[in-house]
Amino acid sequence: MENEALSSSDRRDFLVKLTSVVGGAGVAATCVPFVASMNPSSDVLAKAETEVDLSSIPPGGLRTVAWQGKPVFILHRTPEQIKEATASNGGSDPEPDSKRVKNPEWLVVIGVCTHMGCVPNMEGAGWVCHCHGSQYDDSGRVTRGPAPKNLEVPPYHFVAENKIVIGKA
Amino acid sequence: MKTKIINWIDKRFPLTSFVEHDLTGYPTPRNLSYWWNFGFLAGFVLVLQVATGIFLAMHYKADVQMSFDSIQHIMRDVNYGWLLRYMHAMGASAFFFVIFVHMARTLYYGSYRAPRELLWWTGQGLLLLLMATAFMGYLLPWGQMSFWGATVITNLFRATPFIGDQVVVWLRGDYTVGDATLTRFFSLHYLFPFIIIGAVVVHLVALHTVKSSNPSGIDLAAKDNIPFHPYFTIKDLYGLGLFLILYSVFVFFIPDSLIEPANNIPANPMMTPNHIVPEWYFLPFYAILRSVPSLVGGVVAMAVSVIIFAFMPYLDRSRIPGGARYRPIYRLQFYLFLADMLVLGYVGYVPPTSQTIVIGQVATLCYFASFLVIPFISRMEERWLVKRGLPPAVMSLMESESQQKSKNGGKQ
Repeated sequence: MENEALSSSDRRDFLVKLTSVVGGAGVAATCVPFVASMNPSSDVLAKAETEVDLSSIPPGGLRTVAWQGKPVFILHRTPEQIKEATASNGGSDPEPDSKRVKNPEWLVVIGVCTHMGCVPNMEGAGWVCHCHGSQYDDSGRVTRGPAPKNLEVPPYHFVAENKIVIGKA
Repeated sequence: MKTKIINWIDKRFPLTSFVEHDLTGYPTPRNLSYWWNFGFLAGFVLVLQVATGIFLAMHYKADVQMSFDSIQHIMRDVNYGWLLRYMHAMGASAFFFVIFVHMARTLYYGSYRAPRELLWWTGQGLLLLLMATAFMGYLLPWGQMSFWGATVITNLFRATPFIGDQVVVWLRGDYTVGDATLTRFFSLHYLFPFIIIGAVVVHLVALHTVKSSNPSGIDLAAKDNIPFHPYFTIKDLYGLGLFLILYSVFVFFIPDSLIEPANNIPANPMMTPNHIVPEWYFLPFYAILRSVPSLVGGVVAMAVSVIIFAFMPYLDRSRIPGGARYRPIYRLQFYLFLADMLVLGYVGYVPPTSQTIVIGQVATLCYFASFLVIPFISRMEERWLVKRGLPPAVMSLMESESQQKSKNGGKQ
């Protein structure tokens, strides 16, 4: 009886499969902490919000502030710039200007090219990324490739007339 | 006494048989030219990089506040620190130089063809490992080029479907390239060379199974061979002497020639330099990345441009032995491909203008086209050469080889 059970190939196959599955699950579970350790640590996550006082930026002026280690462009737009930005919907990633601002006078966008992550430079009307030649208009919308998307608008809100907090909508 | 010790060892470890099998008795074709020196040179540079790297790591600090200054400390204060650093920085360029020549030789003489496919593919894996190691090492000085190079390349992973953004943050350990990124790159930059050493052992085991190819392209197994030692150890050492002269010129007289001046400015995440360029050995691939006007397309094109070499054993349908030496059309194609690489390198180096973008796109098309036409051209060329008349010995060799192939195919 015992001999029969030992030599039963069905039983053996089942045991081999079961052990392999348990072993595989163990290996996969062990990988989790190693992979997770490479994600941002708590102190990196903590630097999530930045407060900016806008009163010192003149009309037409640009201020670059750091948020989560990334540059954020704050452009104080003149009436002409606003007129131009609302006149079109941008280029390859069309979006109305009104959806990209909370107050048309202030454009707040993350200053990281959506192509390869370089910081575009203010040149004429809008920005030019010197890494690969992408262009953005005064609403941060891409007007010439290779960037696939418009400059990202970070979550932010006005806490006073001239003060914003970036990091929370 | 000596024989006694060796006997004692041989009973416990195959020392004598190893030396016989792989050095003093290892059969090597007598007609190898100096183009066959570059594999040995690559191994030498690997040792050089590991040695200088270990000693540099004794003085380097992987911390965004300290890394840039620790390089200055190495250059000014550490005894011979300047020498170690220049040897290591120039060693990286030397590594790619000898590897590119090594690959060009393989392509020219058709050494990737059966039975050396696995040798070629393990070499491909080594190239990828080398590229990863060099890329991670370039971040460590924490200059502007280091920072923006790492930013651009980690950004490539945004092309990953569905989880692209998360993958980029995971790779960096931060929302931007930062302290977490620098520390992990240092850790992996120290690890990868040892993986490379392991892969080199696999590469050499494969080599010693199929043995070296040779300029004639005819399998000389057990016919026209001489032992590797002393004939090719001495030939390799002579080549090493020439290599070291060139290397020393760079290390001692023009050590800054391949270091971008902008990398002497500490990394600034708020400002990208007006013109960022990768190291010279990445320029052609970078040009391909820039030539495709879409993010995912560019990343895929660049990845394929490196991996496509692996398909050479299948793309090349010609049975003419000896690679480009006996195949005039393939030879022309080879030189056109090299010229295309140079054009791509130039396009990758200059700032993008509407003119260079067009040149880059044409050169990118030529790059891929030159691989894709090989199956057709190699067949047509073979027919043309056979029609024109080949030496009877070569004809009978080709026939016996194809017969053997079909026999082996029948067996499976």
